[in-house]
Amino acid sequence: MTFKKFLGQMKNGIITENPSLVLLLGMCATMAVSTSLKNGLGMGLATTAVLICSNTVVSLIRKLIPSKIRIASFVVVIAGFVTIVEMLLDAFIPTLSNALGVFLPLIVVNCIILARAESFASKNPPLSSAVDGLSMGLGFTCSLCAMSIIREILGNGTLWGVRVVPSVYEPALLVIMPVGGFLTLGFLIALVQHIKSKHSGGKEEDEQ
Amino acid sequence: MSITGLISIALSAILIENFILVKFLGICPFLGVSKKMDTAVGMGLAVIFVMGLASLFTWLVNHFLLVPLHLEYMQTLAYILVIASLVQFVEMFLQKSIPTLYRALGIYLPLITTNCAVLGVAVLNTTKGYNLLESVVYGVSGGIGFLVAIVLFASIRERIQFSEHPKAFEGFPIALVSSALLAMAFMGFSGLKIW
Repeated sequence: MTFKKFLGQMKNGIITENPSLVLLLGMCATMAVSTSLKNGLGMGLATTAVLICSNTVVSLIRKLIPSKIRIASFVVVIAGFVTIVEMLLDAFIPTLSNALGVFLPLIVVNCIILARAESFASKNPPLSSAVDGLSMGLGFTCSLCAMSIIREILGNGTLWGVRVVPSVYEPALLVIMPVGGFLTLGFLIALVQHIKSKHSGGKEEDEQ
Repeated sequence: MSITGLISIALSAILIENFILVKFLGICPFLGVSKKMDTAVGMGLAVIFVMGLASLFTWLVNHFLLVPLHLEYMQTLAYILVIASLVQFVEMFLQKSIPTLYRALGIYLPLITTNCAVLGVAVLNTTKGYNLLESVVYGVSGGIGFLVAIVLFASIRERIQFSEHPKAFEGFPIALVSSALLAMAFMGFSGLKIW
């Protein structure tokens, strides 16, 4: 794999096919954990780790698995890695593990991971599958961070737990609450669609 | 377990801590299948059914398999397998007995496997330490909460189609913003006190 191809794949995952803002996958986690930058980043990195491992393994065993039971076997692989990540976080970063709560085991049913296993890793060699996992994971992390930064500043007046907004501003608690998750994601996707339509100059398809 | 306790579990799962609008579980089918009223109802009913069964079976698996063998760390893996096979069963059942509903739900039925609400309810049952009856009540009422939310949202969405909104908001964004308004309405229930 050349460096140029690597860059192309990274750009694909982070910008052109950003999983949560363009492909619209994995919305539950995106909205639920983006209440603070710490949680968002932690969740993003945990998902990235699972995505890289599961993509690599799925790609390695892609020729051994009969196509009828492939989804079930992918899910088992993913669940295995999620369990590992869950136990590691529990042991080393218990505060993050508590903050993410039920959404940590729920990485298993994050559509991004199964979608990448099915649409990419089961058709490509291990190395480029791992890179795909990395780029998709980082894309997910970036959009999670964007969401969390907006929500933490507007809703709590802080960033990474440090107060950044002058005390004149009364934090809008609503943005941290579930409502804020829907609103922020809605506006972010609208922004992306707006940029896309500007970029393609009125054409329907965004060419890349 | 008193009956009032069960009612309070059910009410809180349906209204106060609605799975979709407050807990963010099951957003994908909520946004994906809510374009038409009848498919929304069908999906909601399928989810109630699967969530009730999943609560029952995951409780049994947890108490008679994982706990005695000290395999609690295999929880996620065991639960997802139970749920996947349950969904397969529901799919075959619908295909045989209600083919019209089966055709309407199309690809969304297998997607219940990756519906976070189903795995979520199983994990929550375990972390909250519910007994068998409480688990099933929590699962079924969580499903009812899903049905309520998706039906309300589908009826809003049928009207949105004919309304004017900025071009950038076409499709998903406007749906998300209107579900934010729905979530805001459900915030009103958060003050609801039960016994």
